Amino acid sequence: MIEILPDKCDFCGCCVGVCPEDAIELKEAEINIIEELCTNCSKCIWACPIEVIKFNRNGVGKGNDEKRI
Amino acid sequence: MKKEYDVIVVGAGPAGSTAARFAAEHGISVLMLEKDRDVGYPVRCGEAISRAGVAEFIEPDNKWINAVIDKFAMVSPDGTEVVIPLEDIGYILERRIFDYELAKLASNAGAEILTRAYVNGLIIENNKVCGVKYEFRGEQHEVRSKVVIGADGVESRVGRWAGIKTYIDFRDMECATQITASGIPIDQSTCYFYFGKDYAPEGYFWIFPKGDTSANIGLGVSGMTGRKRSALSFLNDFMEKNYPNASVLTQIAGGVPCVTTLEKISAPGIILVGDAARQVNPLSGGGIASGMIGGKIGGTIVGEAVKMNKLDHILTYDKAWHDRLGKRHEIFDRIKNGIYNFSDEKFNNIAHSFNKVPYDKRGLGNLFKTALFNNPSLLVDVAKVFLVK
Ligand SMILES: Cc1cc2nc3c(=O)[nH]c(=O)nc-3n(C[C@H](O)[C@H](O)[C@H](O)COP(=O)(O)OP(=O)(O)OC[C@H]3O[C@@H](n4cnc5c(N)ncnc54)[C@H](O)[C@@H]3O)c2cc1C
Ligand code: SF4
Ligand code: SF4
Repeated sequence: MIEILPDKCDFCGCCVGVCPEDAIELKEAEINIIEELCTNCSKCIWACPIEVIKFNRNGVGKGNDEKRI
Repeated sequence: MKKEYDVIVVGAGPAGSTAARFAAEHGISVLMLEKDRDVGYPVRCGEAISRAGVAEFIEPDNKWINAVIDKFAMVSPDGTEVVIPLEDIGYILERRIFDYELAKLASNAGAEILTRAYVNGLIIENNKVCGVKYEFRGEQHEVRSKVVIGADGVESRVGRWAGIKTYIDFRDMECATQITASGIPIDQSTCYFYFGKDYAPEGYFWIFPKGDTSANIGLGVSGMTGRKRSALSFLNDFMEKNYPNASVLTQIAGGVPCVTTLEKISAPGIILVGDAARQVNPLSGGGIASGMIGGKIGGTIVGEAVKMNKLDHILTYDKAWHDRLGKRHEIFDRIKNGIYNFSDEKFNNIAHSFNKVPYDKRGLGNLFKTALFNNPSLLVDVAKVFLVK
């Protein structure tokens, strides 16, 4: 599962630009992954310039798998 | 607010404001919607632009110019500095004010502007875009138009909703982070660029002067590099090593789509301008001037189409853009692909041999010629964009 850490996010839109599935919604200071559309492809993780998105094998919110790949 | 406008522009960056202005100059009704509270803020930009890039649109004004640039310094991985005088001056902008001024020009031309209006869908009827859906202060609204101009930046979704494939391959995205810091003792008329695997693999690292002792310090790396290491970690290393005591005034992230323009930038009832259309110069990553040019071409064509009541006319925008800049960007993209995988050793060799060129004979064209001396087809490209005037 893809997880964005909202406290660290800069709302810059780099991840939205690379998402092939249009699965990220970005407002002025709010960001959400649309889970029904997300295929867990990880491209947003690679693109985030400030390491705010994590791949979390154990589901959203646990934050215990912090690898970038 | 009306229920219907001739044109709705989504996004109030340089491309959107310029499009709104040139459309409104045709005496038609234009509404520009911006999701953020302020036009021009937050600034996600190094703020460098050529004088000519500005002057086509607005009289240069010291209230939004932080520094005047007359040379570039290219620093190779071993620290060799190559200084190149510019043919024409450049500026480091205060985009917070600059973007605001561009929006005011749109407003003066007759466009209405609404901030805090987050566009979250399109009205599509009979395969034609007929307006937008947006959220304003927690409430959902709809407003109709003859044409929508998508100027919603690198995070553009407006085009996708209209069926235009706009997402960018992560390898072509320059994933960037930047700080504005004070206490940086650099020459205030020089833009500094650093190359190599320790600074910014598959990208570059920059220091642009911002007046007094301030500077924009940042870098972009391809998403391919981002797979292994983030832009932020490069910036942190650089600052620790070079300016551990600098005061950081602003810190931002951002993405720059460094690739050729989308194949299709218009469809029935909609056109895309600026980053949303991928109109950034893929070699430099500069998108302010080219976004304004896209906005001007697009806004003008949309204005004409509405005025003539011939909406199909907007489909001529693709060719008009390609003739003015799109084709040039294809050349810049090839040059970028030719150089961005260079090894540190290669960058060092280029710097050493270029430093033998007398100062008054140096230019960007010569530099790229030196860099690509054993790649004849790219040398022709370099000549086309840098040497032939
Ligand atoms: C770190 C960094 C450094 C850069 N340095 C330079 C440089 O030195 N020189 C240069 O020329 N270029 C530079 N660029 C590129 C330049 O910033 C962009 O190309 C330029 O801002 C593009 O203008 P635009 O109007 O297309 O988009 P933007 O300026 O991004 O404006 C898009 C606007 O649309 C709004 N928006 C988005 N979605 C919605 C929505 N759904 N509803 C309503 N509004 C929406 C956004 O809030 C934003 O205000 C840099 C970029 C980055 C990230
Ligand atoms: S790329 Fe990173 S910082 Fe930028 S909006 Fe996405 S998660 Fe936030
Ligand atoms: S993992 Fe892939 S599909 Fe899911 S949000 Fe990220 S980029 Fe989009």
